[in-house]
Amino acid sequence: MADLTSNFIGIKSPNPFWLASAPPTDKEYNVRRAFEAGWGGVVWKTLGEEGPPIVNVNGPRYGAIYGGDRKLIGLNNIELITDRPLQQNLREIKAVKRDYPNHAMIVSLMVPCEEEAWKAILPVVEETGADGIELNFGCPHGMAERGMGAAVGQVPEYIEMVTRWCKQYSRMPVIVKLTPNITDIRMPAEAAMRGGADAVSLINTINSITSVNLDTFAPEPTIDGWGAHGGYCGPAVKPIALNMVAEIARNAETAGLPISGIGGISNWRDAAEFMALGAGNVQVCTAAMTYGFKIVQEMISGLSQYMDERGMTSIPEIVGRAVPNAKDWQDLNLNYIAKAKIDQDLCIACGRCFAACEDTSHQAISMSEDRVFKVENDECVACNLCVLVCPVENCISMEQQAAGTVDERTGKVVEAEYANWTTHPNNPTGAMCNVMPDAE
Amino acid sequence: MPNDMQTSGITDHRLSPSDYVDNFSDLHAPLSDHEALVAADRCYFCHDAPCMDACPTTIDIPLFIRQISTGTADAAANTIFSQNILGGMCARVCPTETLCEEVCVRETAEGKPVLIGQLQRYATDGMMAKAHPFTRAPDSGKKIAVVGAGPAGLACAHRLAMNGHTVTIFDARAKGGGLNEFGIAAYKSVDGFAQTEVEWLLSIGGIDVKYDSPLGNDLSIDTLKADYDAVFLGIGLGGVNALRAEGEDKDNVVDAVEFIEGVRQASDMGTVAVGRHVVVIGGGMTAVDAAVQSKLLGADEVTMVYRRGKDRMSASEFEQELATSKGVRIIYNAAPVRVTGNGAAQAVEFAYTKDVNGKLTNTNEVFTIAADQVFKAIGQTLDGAPDGLELMGGKIPVNELGQTSDPAIWAGGDCATGGDDLTVTAVAEGRDAAESINNYLTAEG
Repeated sequence: MADLTSNFIGIKSPNPFWLASAPPTDKEYNVRRAFEAGWGGVVWKTLGEEGPPIVNVNGPRYGAIYGGDRKLIGLNNIELITDRPLQQNLREIKAVKRDYPNHAMIVSLMVPCEEEAWKAILPVVEETGADGIELNFGCPHGMAERGMGAAVGQVPEYIEMVTRWCKQYSRMPVIVKLTPNITDIRMPAEAAMRGGADAVSLINTINSITSVNLDTFAPEPTIDGWGAHGGYCGPAVKPIALNMVAEIARNAETAGLPISGIGGISNWRDAAEFMALGAGNVQVCTAAMTYGFKIVQEMISGLSQYMDERGMTSIPEIVGRAVPNAKDWQDLNLNYIAKAKIDQDLCIACGRCFAACEDTSHQAISMSEDRVFKVENDECVACNLCVLVCPVENCISMEQQAAGTVDERTGKVVEAEYANWTTHPNNPTGAMCNVMPDAE
Repeated sequence: MPNDMQTSGITDHRLSPSDYVDNFSDLHAPLSDHEALVAADRCYFCHDAPCMDACPTTIDIPLFIRQISTGTADAAANTIFSQNILGGMCARVCPTETLCEEVCVRETAEGKPVLIGQLQRYATDGMMAKAHPFTRAPDSGKKIAVVGAGPAGLACAHRLAMNGHTVTIFDARAKGGGLNEFGIAAYKSVDGFAQTEVEWLLSIGGIDVKYDSPLGNDLSIDTLKADYDAVFLGIGLGGVNALRAEGEDKDNVVDAVEFIEGVRQASDMGTVAVGRHVVVIGGGMTAVDAAVQSKLLGADEVTMVYRRGKDRMSASEFEQELATSKGVRIIYNAAPVRVTGNGAAQAVEFAYTKDVNGKLTNTNEVFTIAADQVFKAIGQTLDGAPDGLELMGGKIPVNELGQTSDPAIWAGGDCATGGDDLTVTAVAEGRDAAESINNYLTAEG
């Protein structure tokens, strides 16, 4: 049985599944239930500075995008940081940490971008016995209008500055939570690193309007006829988050910087994928908000089974395993030739592969009178669209063409040697590519 | 003492009033909005969809289901009605299990097709409660006579009216709808839907219906030809086949269609008398409808006897299962030899059959089933076809345009060749004949 215990920047937890800073971690009642349900750690919902509590809207805070069968695939929120008094949160954090010493307790923080404000809050948080802090430089709505959250996360100099204050005025490990609402995720990550961050966590939510009410012509969620953009999360954002995690993991400047992966993680497989691309642990929110805390049981059992089946015994064996394989396009092997293949026994003859290929791609699938669908190898460019639109798993697959055989589409013999764009005769810049920074 | 299921002879009120209500309620309750969305989500939007090909009226099923799933059920209804104006009834009575749903790729994949019929009902019910979606083209000045207000005649008349023609329908009965009104099991179309549908269909305008007007002495085909620019015959099959078994003239040996009509027209099912021991002879939908309804009316024992094997039965697997689930016993490969009884039927003697060189032959093995009521359901025949029209195999032969041997007369539905004696095929034939008539009249003028 694989050992799922996690040690992330010195913070130990029974498993690598933490609840992200969000509505599920806003109070003692929820967090105790989460720990009882099996979550390894929580990042307590963001605390603000002492003073009159934050005010939230009193209408809908969330909007959603659905897949088939009303499966929630994207969630948007306009909720702000905790709207409960600071002292109450601190008391509760202390009480829960005392009762769950082996679970990770991280406290998310967001105070104005002033040294005094950070200097004031850090000791009172440290006093709770929390294991670390996460700097919320990511919330894209509401707080950003007041110069906090994403407004800080979008300026690398501010990230570096605030991170440095936190390291200066606290002994706690510091995780910097990054906003995806920027052009190049490596810039804020590098800034965090320069400021002395122990880790970064990403992604926070993405600027979004989920829908528009076509009766009232108001963006949703709608408050009294108006809508404001919110932060998007849930399964739909996973690909964006995975890429950003990989960008940081494979960036020479930030290589080795611990990453807490966040963004649409809904099951053990998503979690393992983030870890493979370099995340030391993961944080979950939308899946818990959709199905409740119990989902962590499947994440634990799934990851265990996966690791057992591959003879892995500990979490570090997964972390970063896919990073060496995450490359630039120009690195990809242009001599790798594949063709789609349809398993006629599994085919249910829906014809979606045909419609997709015929209408929108390469006319590489034929359809007979009696609805038999076949791949035409002389047209197939192995784009994979047919695989993706087929409703039956494993019915269509991509098969590599062996070296030495002839690619019917090009008439050329498949070569065994690796060759990429940088050395391709059609490349107008020719050898120039070889001196691009990333290829050095 | 009140009657119950064991009361001998043919009698009414075998069950309690609430039993009748339960037994004759909608076979498939309408889908709720939620159920419809869940069901619609299962459609894969197949390319050149098999379901569409399997539909005799070629309704664009993937399109209408996608329209439901995006919250535009009225647009879905338009997709349906533009191909099949009786889409409401077809959603209820079509043997979808042998048509669209049989070829649904989810049937192939999971053994559970998309609920096409029920989704069609969801869309059409919604639209029918609101409005009639079509308007007429400018008046063409042409007049067409349609004989028969059944599915074929109604579909033909509606399409002609849409094209701007003026239509007069002549029907032998006091009500329209044909078999939809008189010939299907009551639980397949409840709450007077057949009449509601006729009224809704006619609301397009330009169609006058003359009831109690059978083709015959007072209404000759020659008069119609003289008075109208074209004639469409959708007269159905008015006759029934004889049993050709000894004793079939005994009392209480009746045609199943007659019994079905009686049940269908009854306002209180308790008043419909049924035997304690009922035997239904035949293997089609009519036989199933008679057998199941006998059971639902409180018959103690109902046996359906079919002379060939299960695989040859024209009632679908679903219909057969419906019958057995209601307690009907089905005996295959047996043919009636004689009906016994003193004046009235008391029992039917059957012989098992065997296929000998392709010819169905009675064996020597016989058995007897008690029967105080015997229903004959061994097929209907064309009755009252106008003189002068060619007949073929007991039907009016038509070409691919629906034209008979007389180029000014079209025919469709059960009375004509082609089709499967289904509402949906009748609708397709009526509709297509209307288009043919339209082309004929337009080209002419």
